[in-house]
Amino acid sequence: MSTGTLYDKVWDLHRVAELPGGSTQMFIGLHLIHEVTSPQAFAALKDMQLSVRCPERTIATVDHIVPTLSQKRPFLDPLAEEMLSTLESNCTKHQINFYGLNSGQQGIVHVIAPELGLTQPGMTVACGDSHTSTHGAFGAIAFGIGTSQVRDVLASQSLAMNKLKVRRIWVDGILNKGVYAKDLILYLIKSMGVKGGVGYAYEFAGPAINALNMEERMTICNMSIEGGARCGYVNPDSITYNYLKGRPYAPKGQAWDRAIEWWGKLSTDSMATFDDEIKFNASKISPTVTWGITPGQGIGIDEVIPILESIPVCERSIAEEAYTYMNLKPGQPIAGVPIDVCFIGSCTNGRLSDLRDAAMIAKNQKVAKGVKAFVVPGSEQVSKAAKNEGLDELFLSAGFEWREPGCSMCLAMNPDRLTGRQISASSSNRNFKGRQGSATGRTLLMSPAMVAAAAITGEVTDVRNLLDVSE
Amino acid sequence: MLVNKKYIYESMNSSFTFPKGQIANIKGRCMSLKGDDIDTDRIIPARYLKCVSFESLGSQVFADDRYQGNGSHPFDLDKNQGSTILIVNRNFGCGSSREHAPQALMRWGIRSIIGESFAEIFFGNCLALGIPCAIGSSELIKEIQDLIEFDNSEEFIFDLKKEQLFNAKTNWDIKFQSGVQEMFLTGQWDATSTLIKNSSKLNDLMAHLPYLQNFNPVKLN
Repeated sequence: MSTGTLYDKVWDLHRVAELPGGSTQMFIGLHLIHEVTSPQAFAALKDMQLSVRCPERTIATVDHIVPTLSQKRPFLDPLAEEMLSTLESNCTKHQINFYGLNSGQQGIVHVIAPELGLTQPGMTVACGDSHTSTHGAFGAIAFGIGTSQVRDVLASQSLAMNKLKVRRIWVDGILNKGVYAKDLILYLIKSMGVKGGVGYAYEFAGPAINALNMEERMTICNMSIEGGARCGYVNPDSITYNYLKGRPYAPKGQAWDRAIEWWGKLSTDSMATFDDEIKFNASKISPTVTWGITPGQGIGIDEVIPILESIPVCERSIAEEAYTYMNLKPGQPIAGVPIDVCFIGSCTNGRLSDLRDAAMIAKNQKVAKGVKAFVVPGSEQVSKAAKNEGLDELFLSAGFEWREPGCSMCLAMNPDRLTGRQISASSSNRNFKGRQGSATGRTLLMSPAMVAAAAITGEVTDVRNLLDVSE
Repeated sequence: MLVNKKYIYESMNSSFTFPKGQIANIKGRCMSLKGDDIDTDRIIPARYLKCVSFESLGSQVFADDRYQGNGSHPFDLDKNQGSTILIVNRNFGCGSSREHAPQALMRWGIRSIIGESFAEIFFGNCLALGIPCAIGSSELIKEIQDLIEFDNSEEFIFDLKKEQLFNAKTNWDIKFQSGVQEMFLTGQWDATSTLIKNSSKLNDLMAHLPYLQNFNPVKLN
């Protein structure tokens, strides 16, 4: 059993009661909701004649279903319109703060909560979305929940939970040029497997993690769930505090000084014990691309799609399924695979630094003929900041489309989707069968810079080659 | 997008009731769904999440896989209609936290899932809905799957207390995660009322949580 970790300390701070069956009632410090997983929770609340316990601790936005071309109301899709209007009326009825379209602060829930300073070290954060693990970047314990649990948080500001084990993932070295946080997390998932993290919270630590900025840390924690870990976190430090300072919900004045003192005590102790520890070296990582149908099926850009015999026996059936579905051959290099659609965005990689990294590649270049490439900022604030730097113009003149904020083609609940057997280079987080809106559509996950490189060349390309050209 | 309407409507004919209270056993026929890492996008593709109620999800379970299978998907096979116990392999329900996935399975008719392992959020969602998920070794799961793929006409009982799946001829040992068994047997899998009861303890905790008290000094245990 772990002791003295940030996870242990935050767990102890939020324990309300021990429940029958051995689970623990945990107070939830921040509850985020959106239009997809909340309507049935509010309906259940109504059926049970319950009210919202702490409306001030729930924050809402709309992200999954919003169109990214025209956001004019009512939406063309009546189902999407119904979902948004249901969320609006639920928030009004229960006095929940809602950051809607054109509020200046709407966006993907995991992008806006950090932007607003809502996510803070030491909190428990829950949201009906598996990528809630993103908020662990701040030293929060953050995890995705289902709709029944959304109902429970609304009704009681708490959840019945079981304590996780803690695995420290220590990353030495430093990421090479052209290798990004996305490559690191894809590499970690590939190494530990998509179920390696089941039952664990991941503590990301070590020199390579400490060197990451907050947006990069969010990318890492975001995809913990793709490695099976419901939550992942980084201990808070001066990079965390500098990011938070001055944001709307961040503490102010003397409270800020007290907050820093408290947050500092939450970090994992030097004498802490872990249930498991694994070490990696960031310097060894190349730009990484998935070739299959799980986020764990990744390879370096200079590698070939693994042959069956090189894959552990227990992974072979899913590998065979992937060869067929992806129509890629074992032994074939991943570099050079032709791309139809390029998507830059999502809660994994839709933040300002992601758009900057991609823009550096797209600058003074043209999207390859026949490729559809589009950029979807993660939030209205990201969009505004990017426009202030001229990134929208840069992308537009390179032949990318510039869209309005939302989840978009990460999961294709809006009109942005693949058609037929199209293959995408995507900065999102999941390459599951059918994930991007076509039952036969194919997804290659990679960093935003790698997506931009694929857009320019029309095929999977080592971004490091283009970086050399641009200098 | 939906095909095989014949099967869909047949399977939806069985009258739907929610699991309630103490759950000691699940009776019914078993069906096999083979494959590791079956994610919730496959169980219910995202476009079917455009709804404000779960009601119609039963007919949409595995919509894309079934469309591809053109009648050969386990959820479309005649012999599997009316099954209540689903036998799966490793890491079932990984990916998105959408409760729509177990809701779709439940509304199709599934009342319990037995597999090699489950993704955590999916497991929790099933617990919250009263769908027991239990574990068997890969050898055991393979044995059950092979048997019921050959012939699944016989009814089984999944006895939660004995942790066994059995009928007159056969009997397999199935395991629960610790604590989960008790929650089903006592009916405490439905956490909401218990959580609400502890309201005063919750107030105490909030009064001592630094970030709710403007970070004024509070003893850190």
